[in-house]
Amino acid sequence: MGTPILEMSQISKSFNGIKVLDKVHFELEKGEVHALMGGNGAGKSTLMKILTGVYELDEGQIKIAGSDVQIHNTTDAESHGVSMIFQEFSLIPTLTVAENIFLGREPKKAFGLIDDKKSVARTKELLDELNVDIKPDDIVADLGVGYWQMTEIAKALSKETKILIMDEPTSSLTKRETEVLFAFIDRLKNKGISIIYISHRMDEIFQICDRITIMGDGRHIITAKTSELDMDSVIQHIAGKNMEKFEWKDRKRVSNGSVVLQVKNLKTNNRVNGVDFELHQGEVLGIAGLMGSGRTETMRALFGIDPLTGGDIYISGKKATIRSPKDAINNGLALIPEDRRVQGLVLEHQVMDNILLPSLSKITKVLVNDKKGKQISEEWVKKLNIKTDSIYKTSRLLSGGNQQKIVFAKWLANSPDIIMLDEPTIGIDIRAKSEIIDMVRDLADDGKSILLVSSEMPELLAVSDRILVFHDGKVVKQFLREEISSEEDLQHAIQGF
Amino acid sequence: MQSKASNSTSFLKDFNWRQYIVYIAFIGVLIYFSVTLFDEGFLTTNNILNIIRQTAIISIMGVAMTFVISAAEIDLSVGSIAALSSLTSAMALESGFGIFGAIVAGLGTGLLIGLVNGLLVTKVIIPSFLVTLGMMGVTKGLAMWVTNTAPVPIINETFVFLFGSGDIGNIPVLLFWTLAAVVIGHIVLRKTAFGRRTLATGGNQNAARFSGVNVSRTKLYVFLASGFAAGLAGMLYAGRMHSGRYTFGEGDELSVIAAVILGGTSLFGGVGTVIGTVIGSLMIGTINNGLIIMGLDVSQQMIVKGLIIILAVAFGRKAISK
Repeated sequence: MGTPILEMSQISKSFNGIKVLDKVHFELEKGEVHALMGGNGAGKSTLMKILTGVYELDEGQIKIAGSDVQIHNTTDAESHGVSMIFQEFSLIPTLTVAENIFLGREPKKAFGLIDDKKSVARTKELLDELNVDIKPDDIVADLGVGYWQMTEIAKALSKETKILIMDEPTSSLTKRETEVLFAFIDRLKNKGISIIYISHRMDEIFQICDRITIMGDGRHIITAKTSELDMDSVIQHIAGKNMEKFEWKDRKRVSNGSVVLQVKNLKTNNRVNGVDFELHQGEVLGIAGLMGSGRTETMRALFGIDPLTGGDIYISGKKATIRSPKDAINNGLALIPEDRRVQGLVLEHQVMDNILLPSLSKITKVLVNDKKGKQISEEWVKKLNIKTDSIYKTSRLLSGGNQQKIVFAKWLANSPDIIMLDEPTIGIDIRAKSEIIDMVRDLADDGKSILLVSSEMPELLAVSDRILVFHDGKVVKQFLREEISSEEDLQHAIQGF
Repeated sequence: MQSKASNSTSFLKDFNWRQYIVYIAFIGVLIYFSVTLFDEGFLTTNNILNIIRQTAIISIMGVAMTFVISAAEIDLSVGSIAALSSLTSAMALESGFGIFGAIVAGLGTGLLIGLVNGLLVTKVIIPSFLVTLGMMGVTKGLAMWVTNTAPVPIINETFVFLFGSGDIGNIPVLLFWTLAAVVIGHIVLRKTAFGRRTLATGGNQNAARFSGVNVSRTKLYVFLASGFAAGLAGMLYAGRMHSGRYTFGEGDELSVIAAVILGGTSLFGGVGTVIGTVIGSLMIGTINNGLIIMGLDVSQQMIVKGLIIILAVAFGRKAISK
């Protein structure tokens, strides 16, 4: 092999005095697909943000094709041929493929008019070269998600990209689309494009990557050829450096064992494909699985958001009909959703209004009893230790952790029996995280039954009495907590197909 | 000293300009006309009552529109509904159904069209702008068609007295209608579960849905309310003008929306104030009245009115973004 196309050496970066990258080394060969792995907080995304010019490095050196480069902003990164394909695509759905690819730098003819012929021709060239089966004048919105990604990549390549960064590129794709994407990645390799591939899916990484670099706790842990590693060793390297450890604590109260929720062969048109499980009173039932395995979607179905196409739900032994969130609430369910800003809160409304929203009818005769509402809100703000000047503060102004606590408060104030939590600690700081984990423990000790979806293994292991593993819209494995001795075991179960 | 200065800036920052700009502007306009038009009789009881008469109908429709816009929807059909309702209630009287029949006809017309609007928005999932734009034409067409554009005179004295023409002592009946609409509207928006759910729906439809709010039903109700208020407005036009006529309410949808937005209700939903709407409506009416007294002709009035609305809203916006 010649000179690496990219060489990042001794890269360090601190935020507010906290070191998030410590002398990290990363190397990419020309025409290589290189997996970048590590748990949350390992430093992968910070490293990539330095490479794409979102952050500036504190110390270290970046060489592209053997020569030193300075990357101060995203334009610098682009001019050095570095492009990142984002999970949320940056395409405009109502425009054509060609219009999207040349957006903002359209070829011009006389009088500054856009030369559509030229941009269509160049797009066609590009698509032919990549052997992608779409036309330049297809409207993006009419194409499948898989093609969106390829359009995005074509857009990057039209800017002379040499280094392509892909972040969980298959999480929203079907199996078929994934195969098409992998064939496409092969062609890119053959064209000499180098790819940094960020993913949690080991089967994919072993299928398409040449080398793997694992990071942990802001440091470089290992770089090796894929053939020299196996899933065991990868999992060990990742888990060994997970900075977040939460200890298991024994339940203060033992479940009486009665089944509060039973789900039989649940199906929807949204990735739920025959889910079966039971939830016991006072139990924390963890749900593990990769993104897109149907975890979130099962909760949506149980909460009456996605309509069922098959299966039955039994609440405390009785068959329940849940067609709307209101039905779900009446059956004693609560859902703390994945995206608190979009699904959890009315951000422009006061803390109090948000807390009271699900339980309005309980404090309303003809008029809303504001005194009672105020009392309830203040009680929950205090109980959950929500940091706010007052219950009248606009929710948007609070930190992520405190916003998440408002979402907890609004549901707990409605005294549900079964609480579904979907990634309850996503995007919040470590302190708020451990507070929320304690909250889950307390709820179970109070006799509430809990379903917990999480991508964070330590979190699942710290609180779950039992863990279900989801794959392809089904429960494929089930463990008692005692049966899992470590994070590695759980990772195996999730990845091992 | 320094801390005092920073205190006052933080007060200015926390002060909710969008909410209060209309009150400040309204007082400004009042003071300006009171001074400059004092000799022309701007401040006389008669003139003040005139302003109230002229703004009552817009205020009443504005109360309901506050709910519609708070729910992040819009209703462009209110003016046309008022026209059709004025005719249906006049026709009911003409056909001998009496006052009760006229009320059923007028309000029924409004509720029915509101129901159609609401169902199209919530069941067929068409944006309310398009639904009500279409319905504006349909309703106006119906109003022209039912009598072949002929006005329908009203000779029932009780109806005329109750709906718009009467005075109790010195006070126009219209003022009572306005007060009733405002008080009910304010209480419903601020103090009932429906009001809170309307604001939550407009503020974040997704979160409202995830919180168990029946978003479709809430929206259906706001369109029913808007249709109802427009139906009442049509009867008030009919009573005031002693007739039903297809031209009534022409362009009112824009005045109503202007009053609501000027009042501090967010065009994007989630924030709404009924009191603000009424002040907004009164302010537009006061400007109209003052400009007429000043002797400006209609074209000049329209220009000045439009500019004042833009300025007031722009000032409110700018002040919050700071």
